[in-house]
Amino acid sequence: MQQIFNFIFKNSHRLLFLLLLGISLVLTVQAHSFHRSKVISSANFLTGGVYEQINSFSEYLRLKDQNEELAIENARLKSLLFNAKDTTSIPKIDSIKGVDKVNIIVSKVIHNSYNSQENYLTLNSGSAAGVQPDMGVVNSAGIVGIIDKTSKNYATVLSILNVKSQINAKIKKSNHFGSLVWNGKSTGFVQLIDIPRLASVRKGDTIVTGGQSVIFPSNIGIGTISKIQIDNETNYYTLTIKLFNDMTNLGHVYIIKSKDREEVLNLEKKENE
Amino acid sequence: MNSAVLINIARFILLLAAQILIFNNINFLGYINPYPYMLFIILYPVNGNKYGLLLASFFLGIIMDMFCNSGGVHAAACVVLAFCRPYIFKFSFGLSYEYQTVRLNDVLTPERFSFILIAVVIHHFVLFLLEIFKLNFLPEILLKTVLSTIFTIILCITIIYIIKPGKR
Repeated sequence: MQQIFNFIFKNSHRLLFLLLLGISLVLTVQAHSFHRSKVISSANFLTGGVYEQINSFSEYLRLKDQNEELAIENARLKSLLFNAKDTTSIPKIDSIKGVDKVNIIVSKVIHNSYNSQENYLTLNSGSAAGVQPDMGVVNSAGIVGIIDKTSKNYATVLSILNVKSQINAKIKKSNHFGSLVWNGKSTGFVQLIDIPRLASVRKGDTIVTGGQSVIFPSNIGIGTISKIQIDNETNYYTLTIKLFNDMTNLGHVYIIKSKDREEVLNLEKKENE
Repeated sequence: MNSAVLINIARFILLLAAQILIFNNINFLGYINPYPYMLFIILYPVNGNKYGLLLASFFLGIIMDMFCNSGGVHAAACVVLAFCRPYIFKFSFGLSYEYQTVRLNDVLTPERFSFILIAVVIHHFVLFLLEIFKLNFLPEILLKTVLSTIFTIILCITIIYIIKPGKR
């Protein structure tokens, strides 16, 4: 017993070091696995509050760009509205819930990150506004990411520029599905993998979301094909996609809340049981 | 409370604030950021309480991790640097560093420069190793370490010169 105490006293500095290093390594490993610890994230009130203050200053510098972006989107929506078919002649189909499937929550990016391999954004709306994990985040140009953690007033987003992110996507003209991943290298490009060889792909083709998951509705823009590679072993294409979005400069975003989500998830859960 | 403790607390808060407000947003060439907040560990008094240094470094790192959403990588890097600090002192200033009055925030000599260089390299290497966490990305880890190290060292030396207490 005496010797144990002696050992502890003699090596207390080293033991404290090992203890602290152990804690940080556990947190690191957790951060790299799918379920991250909730405390060490920028969605808590301290970090979220600080980021909101910083953002309220830096926002002024980007007002002009933001306005232009919103004006462009308004113009696009106006053109959709004016070119719509005569609405009176279309039969209403809300009896089968065919149209009104998603709710949109407006939010703002208060902290952006794109310099590491696992990037997370912070938004200024949280569970109080109805934001929940696994909702899709888009902006006027295209997809941004998926909600990861939420607190009362803030939420973190798993950016598409994160090596852990994997999103269902398809080629717009041919409907071939694949997975959208990021290789951690350039902020302007992501990769679309698992497209079968018999699909016809060409440079410049548009890639959109696939709509096979409940996170994103289908046909939200992602980017265009800029490079085509084929894997000789598996016979699948690996396509390099140039993003529509400038992920280094994000302002207002929309969070997509699918109304069918609960129902689909419950059904799939039953299937798996 | 003596003034050394107060100076250290002030340094802790100011460096952290500067890191989060300014240096985390530089993103030179898209991904190179300097990390001068580690200057706190470098400038900690040579004969100060070593348990205090370990704990302070851990909290310095964990607060950085909260703001960067990075789990525990900054905490691990800071704790490793705090633990290695006496050995780097021994290497740079000779065996008897504890008996001479080593002052880091003074004119830059080769000893001081080598101390800062080794400290920054250790911190950054652990940081990027854990951040990327895959050994097949070793070239990227080394590249990031080298580029960020250059950036951090320039900033650290500049900050030391700026906050150097006036000549008495």
